[in-house]
Amino acid sequence: MSEIEIKNLTKKFEAGGHTVVALDDVNLNIEKGEIYGIIGMSGAGKSTLVRSINYLEVPNEGRVLIDGTDLSKLSDKELRIKRRDIGMIFQGFNLLEQKNVIDNVCFPLEISGMKKKKAREKARELLETVNLSEKEKSYPSQLSGGQKQRVAIARALATNPSILLCDEATSALDPQTTASILSLLKEINEKLNITIVVITHQMSVITDICTRVAIIENGKLVEEGTVEEVFDSPKTDIARELISNKKESYSPIESLKAEKVIRIVFSENSAFEPVISNVILKFNAPVNILGADTRDVGGKAKGEMLLGLPDDEQLQHDIIRYLKERKLTVTEVRDNV
Amino acid sequence: MFDQKVIGMLLEGIRDTLYMTLASTLLGYAIGLPLGIVLNVTKAGGLAPNKIIYRVLDIFCNIIRSIPFLILLILLIPFTRALVGQSYGSTATIVPLVVCAAPYIARMVESALNEVDAGVIEAARAMGASNMQIIFKVLLVEAKTSLVTGATITTGVLLGYSAMSGTVGGGGLGDIAVRYGYYRWQTDIMIVTVILLIVIFQIIQNLGTKVAIGIDHRKK
Ligand SMILES: Nc1ncnc2c1ncn2[C@@H]1O[C@H](COP(=O)(O)OP(=O)(O)O)[C@@H](O)[C@H]1O
Ligand SMILES: [Mg+2]
Repeated sequence: MSEIEIKNLTKKFEAGGHTVVALDDVNLNIEKGEIYGIIGMSGAGKSTLVRSINYLEVPNEGRVLIDGTDLSKLSDKELRIKRRDIGMIFQGFNLLEQKNVIDNVCFPLEISGMKKKKAREKARELLETVNLSEKEKSYPSQLSGGQKQRVAIARALATNPSILLCDEATSALDPQTTASILSLLKEINEKLNITIVVITHQMSVITDICTRVAIIENGKLVEEGTVEEVFDSPKTDIARELISNKKESYSPIESLKAEKVIRIVFSENSAFEPVISNVILKFNAPVNILGADTRDVGGKAKGEMLLGLPDDEQLQHDIIRYLKERKLTVTEVRDNV
Repeated sequence: MFDQKVIGMLLEGIRDTLYMTLASTLLGYAIGLPLGIVLNVTKAGGLAPNKIIYRVLDIFCNIIRSIPFLILLILLIPFTRALVGQSYGSTATIVPLVVCAAPYIARMVESALNEVDAGVIEAARAMGASNMQIIFKVLLVEAKTSLVTGATITTGVLLGYSAMSGTVGGGGLGDIAVRYGYYRWQTDIMIVTVILLIVIFQIIQNLGTKVAIGIDHRKK
C-alpha cells in the first residue's frame, strides 16, 4: 500500500457560467519516504491536485487514500486531525503577520491543544532544524523570503507530520535561496523520513531533489516515472517543453535553424569518447550544436545537447543510430524548439 | 457667566457625552462584532458560505444604515421607552445609538476581516484548524489593526451622533449646545461645548491611531 493513493480523481470548477475541469481522472501513487515531483505549466491543475491530498479541495469524483484511509469517509473532526499528519508550505509563505516567528511555529500545536510550554520547546527545536534560532522574536515582515519559508517549514513540521506538501514553495525565491530551501527539504526527508510532494513549474526543482515525477497538463496526468527516465527520454511534448523550459538560448538564431533537431543526454557512464567530432568525421557532415548544458539529476551528473542535423534524411537516420549505439539517449525535438 | 453652575453643567455634559459614546460603542460592538463575523464567514468564498443568511443580514444592515440617525431616533421612541422606561436623557439615547451603530460596526468588521490574506486562512485550514479557531485565532488576530481603526472611526461617529441627539433632549454636550446656543442665544456656552467636543474627538482619534500603529507588526 502506498502512503498516498490518488484514484480516478476529477475536480471541476464552475466559473462564470462554464465548467473548468481542473483535474481529469488522475491516478497516482506516492510511496513512503520519497520526494515526489509534480510539474506542469501554470493552470495545469497542480495546486488543485496537491490541495486534494489534504482535502482542502474536495474532488467531484475519485478517492484520496492516505495510509489506506479514504479521506471522503472521515468526519470533519477526523479530517482536521488527519491534516495534522500532512504539513503544507506555499509559494506565498502564508505566515501569520501579526505573530512572531516562534508563535507562528507554535500555532499548529496551539490548535491541536498542546500546552504552551511544551509547544515552545518543540518550536525551538524546529527553529534549530531550519537554522533560524536567532530570529525567534522577529516578525515575518522583518525576514527575507528564504527565512520566511524556513519558518513555514518549521511550522509545517511542528505536528510531526509524515507527509509534507510543497506548492511552488521556491517559486518566489531567487536561485541561491531556492537551492538552500531545496537542500533543507532533502535533509528533512532523509532525517525524518517524511514523504515530500513537490509541486513546481521549474524542471530544475524536480531534477535537484525528486526521485519520481509526474507531468500534468490540462488536468491530465500525461507522463510519470523516475526523474531519470523522464529527463533522459521524455515521451510527451509537454515533458520536452518543460525540460527545455529555461532555454531561451535554445531557440536557435535564424541562420542556425536546422530542419531536424535532436536532443541527446549523456550520463556519467556514457563513454568519454568525443562523439560529436566523431560524428562529423565519420559522416563527413556538419552538425550544429544549438545548445548544451549539464545538470545534476537525482545526484547524477547529466549532460544534454541540442543538435541540428543536416537535411539528408538517410544521413539523419544514420547519425541517430550511431549516437544510440554509443548509449546516448536521443530524442527528436519538434522542429525548431 | 462661567460661574460654578455653568462649569458644573459642562462637566456633567462631558461625563454624559463620554457615557453615551463609550456605552453605545461597547454595546454596538457586542452586537456588531458577531454580526460582522457572520457576514464575513457566510459570504461567497467565506469559511462557511450561506447565501440566505448573508442576504438577510446584508439587507438588514443596509436598511438600518440608510435611515438618517435623527429619524431612527424618533422611530425608535416606543422601543426605547419600553426598554429603559423613558425616551429622553443619556441612557435612553444609548438605545438608538446602538441600533444605528451595530450595522455600521458589522460592515467595518466584515471589511476588516475580508482583508485577511486568503493564503493565511488556507494555511490554518491545512493545519487542521476548525472554523471557530480560524475566526478567533486567525481572522480577528490578523485583522486587529483594521479592527482598532474601525473602532476609532465608530467611536468618533457615535460622539457626533450623541451630540446630535441633544436636539431632542438626549443629554450631554450636544444637549447643552442646543439649549444654550439655540434657544437662549448664549453663543459663548455653545462655542465652549463645541470646543470640548472637538477636543474629545481629537483625543479618541489620536489614541485609536496610536494603538492601531502600536499593535501592528506588519511593517516595521
Ligand atoms: N476555486 C476555483 N474556482 C474556479 N476555477 C478554479 C479554482 N481553482 C482553480 N481553478 C481553475 O482550475 C485550473 C487549475 O488551477 P490550479 O490547480 O491552480 O493550477 P496550477 O496550480 O497548476 O497553476 C485553472 O484553470 C484554474 O483557473
Ligand atoms: Mg498553483
